Amino acid sequence: MSAQPLPAIGQAPVETVTLDGGDSHTINFGPQHPAAHGVLRLVLEMKGEVVERADPHVGLLHRGTEKLIEHKTYIQALPYFDRLDYVAPMSMEHSFAIATERLLGIEVPERAQYIRVLFAEVSRLLNHLLNITTYVMDCGAITPALWGFEQRETLLEFYEEVSGSHYHANYFRPGGVAKDLPAGLEKKIGDWANKFPAFIVDMERLVTNNRIFKQRTVDIGVMTAEQAIEWGFSGPCLRASGCAWDLRKAQPYDVYDRMEFDVPVGTRGDCYDRYLVRVLEMKESLKIIHQCLAQMKPGPIKVQDHKITPPHRSEMKRSMEALIHHFKLYTEGYHVPAGATYTVTEAPKGEFGVYLVADGTNKPYRCKIRSPGYAHLQAMEVLSKGHMLADAVAIIGSLDVVFGEIDR
Amino acid sequence: MTAVEAVPENPLRVLGAAIIEAAGPAVTGFTLECAGTELVVQAQRDALIPLMTLLRDEPRFGFEQCMDLCGVDWPEKAERFEVVYNLLSLAHNHRVRVVVTTDAATPVPSVVGIWPTATWFEREAWDMYGVVFSGQPDLRRILTDYGFDGHPLRKDFPLTGFVELRYDEELKRVAYGPVKLTQEFRDFDFMSPWEAMTTLPGDEKVHLNRLEGPA
Repeated sequence: MSAQPLPAIGQAPVETVTLDGGDSHTINFGPQHPAAHGVLRLVLEMKGEVVERADPHVGLLHRGTEKLIEHKTYIQALPYFDRLDYVAPMSMEHSFAIATERLLGIEVPERAQYIRVLFAEVSRLLNHLLNITTYVMDCGAITPALWGFEQRETLLEFYEEVSGSHYHANYFRPGGVAKDLPAGLEKKIGDWANKFPAFIVDMERLVTNNRIFKQRTVDIGVMTAEQAIEWGFSGPCLRASGCAWDLRKAQPYDVYDRMEFDVPVGTRGDCYDRYLVRVLEMKESLKIIHQCLAQMKPGPIKVQDHKITPPHRSEMKRSMEALIHHFKLYTEGYHVPAGATYTVTEAPKGEFGVYLVADGTNKPYRCKIRSPGYAHLQAMEVLSKGHMLADAVAIIGSLDVVFGEIDR
Repeated sequence: MTAVEAVPENPLRVLGAAIIEAAGPAVTGFTLECAGTELVVQAQRDALIPLMTLLRDEPRFGFEQCMDLCGVDWPEKAERFEVVYNLLSLAHNHRVRVVVTTDAATPVPSVVGIWPTATWFEREAWDMYGVVFSGQPDLRRILTDYGFDGHPLRKDFPLTGFVELRYDEELKRVAYGPVKLTQEFRDFDFMSPWEAMTTLPGDEKVHLNRLEGPA
């Protein structure tokens, strides 16, 4: 290891251009390209306009999240998860919160579980709204994106009401959620959920049977079920290939076992199916939101052990013990018993796993973040081989990649 | 009268015993973690490929998916790196965690022939920890910058790293230089004396006597 300046670092190796017959060449797609959905550098070896090889270079957004988490207490580590998949922040927090709870061996109060499921589904809608509409924009239609972002803004306002922030929520905490829902929010979400199906109808009218969109996506980037399994697919991408696998059903967490919803499954595993699965999932999410709102009862929203969750602010003004708890919690944090867990949740993009190793101190010893997009993007080569350059754009859009979670 | 039938056997314990029986010496043991909800199998590095093939192909196990592969660094151990495979069976809806150990020089057999998705995960383990995978045709770095030196997730790699990017006025572009910190990274010792410090300064003798027990 040298501490000397290394002038060669950061210089992207120059790709050699091989010319046989004059139509074979290598092109750089990205890292600054609107259809790359972030900072993806895709090195494409082309034969004319046909993709021969696709080599995604990732890591341009690598921030060393896992290393940073090893140096923070469990409470300080949580906000890093908002910055992974910044399209649906609370879904990422969900995995880490559950992983920590499993190691601590604590049971979260029922209302907190309902709130988490409610906001996990709000996050799923946030994610699918962004993915579907920008994906359609990659294929040439601009209107759904404008409409979708309006809906997203409404949902982000719900985020803001509970957490004070549009994106960096820091709301799901080990032991429950940070705060109870403010008065009237349940009604607002319910009203919105009643109106939202009209938006899906409008959007589908523009897109689902659109001739141009179908030409761009049907039979493009086909993944069979066997391929999808061996390439580690999960979430909507796996279901589009015909596997009825959903962690919310198969390995339920929080109160998902009380929710009634269907798992939409595709048949062909192409880009169009991946779009359809997401549209149908939005409708299922609405069902879950309605059920949560109907079943939720008042009650505590975090475990009442103040060694793990902070005491109420008003209590701190009077109780010395509460003040000490608060101080110790936000400086030292809590000690998690030694152990390891691989905890997964069904994030909007697929299986989001946290492999958390605790060594008995107040900081995680190791926190590996398994992001679904990482496995999906890896299959880019298989998916785009033999397709045209423009199809590669449709494939990237259909895989739903966000570089916050891929590069970590 | 026996009460044996009252407690159903944990299915993961049954699965772990079945894996030990089927894999033979490739598996050195298994443990159940997180209150018996997660199965962890300790495996021999040299016998990894037959074991993983068995786990995927044997219908009783059916681990079709390798969801995650990562390294863990324990610098004080003889073989400092653990490579952790998190496998998932869609057919049986169960998971297993396979753990092998290695050091910085000894390669681990690559499972890319069993699950093609392992490529990027193995590249990441190489990039972050310097674990070598034999039989992996594409062992390039993946997350760090082109030409990066070192393995940043190792415990002996400092959080702030060795180099940083700055705009160079002479070169008229951003260039790497040694890290200059205006303030050191603040790593406070928050351990409360009654939880972490079992022996108070000046009190070692008393503590030693306590450990040995009353004479």
